[in-house]
Amino acid sequence: MNQTPAGKRFLFTAVALLGLLALTIGAAYVNLGPFNTIAAMTISVTKAALIVVFFMEIRGRSPVIWVALATGLFWLGIMFALSMSDFMMRGWK
Amino acid sequence: MSDPPIAHASQFDNASQQRESATFGMWIFLATEVLFFGAMFLGYTVYRLAYPAAFAAASRHTLLAFGGTNTAVLLISSATMAFAIRAAREKRRTALAVRLLLTAALGTLFLGIKGFEYTREISEHLLPGASFHFDLPYANHAEMFFYLYFLMTGIHALHVAIGVVLIAIFGFRAWRTDAFVRNDTAVDLLGLYWHFVDIVWVFLFPLIYLVERHS
Repeated sequence: MNQTPAGKRFLFTAVALLGLLALTIGAAYVNLGPFNTIAAMTISVTKAALIVVFFMEIRGRSPVIWVALATGLFWLGIMFALSMSDFMMRGWK
Repeated sequence: MSDPPIAHASQFDNASQQRESATFGMWIFLATEVLFFGAMFLGYTVYRLAYPAAFAAASRHTLLAFGGTNTAVLLISSATMAFAIRAAREKRRTALAVRLLLTAALGTLFLGIKGFEYTREISEHLLPGASFHFDLPYANHAEMFFYLYFLMTGIHALHVAIGVVLIAIFGFRAWRTDAFVRNDTAVDLLGLYWHFVDIVWVFLFPLIYLVERHS
């Protein structure tokens, strides 16, 4: 395939993503207590960041694009923070 | 550049402003998609915290070999999509068509594997409803896991299916015409959508297939 620097970057990103996939499956078979979920989510966030940076090429994009991305994540944070503070305070089951 | 300038609609000052606006529109759409999927992830979080044992038992009934393979398929398809966008930018029409059709083929493979999993799970009475059966005292709680599983993977699969159809159409269009080598904006935007669908799966995979696998 394409061997320009960009092409190599895509290949390295793909290899890194597949490596992290193997890591997340491996980590699931080790008993880390509550840290199993934390490890899995940390790996998922890393994979998502690799995709956003190297495949979606966020770095070369204009500030309004960064605003759109940040807005989506900010409102996601609000949704989780307010909902979970409600559910966790009620002792709901 | 010796290329003729790209045509732009009358509401834009020039082609680059038109491109910026289209790209901004796609990112805003993706931000709404973050919240659309986010609400389902929130539901999953609430029920998993409420019923941890049932979610762990139910997760062990999912087919990890198939889910893991599907994750690899989707990650590789994101790479082929990135290569397709590169080909469009470099005005290489045949490479663009081949890479788009390869991406569509990988998306189809993903849907095939997912369909096989659904068939197995339905035959094992894991589809929520009257025929749901789970051999543990907290069957109702496990049913909630499978409800979320079918809902979230189903809506994700719908997104993959829409992506596959669009990518295949784009692939054939790239093969037959020079529309995308003249203006690659549409390919770039379709790529953003496809990478987003990949990211959703990156979070779905451990939450569905990897809950308490060690015990």
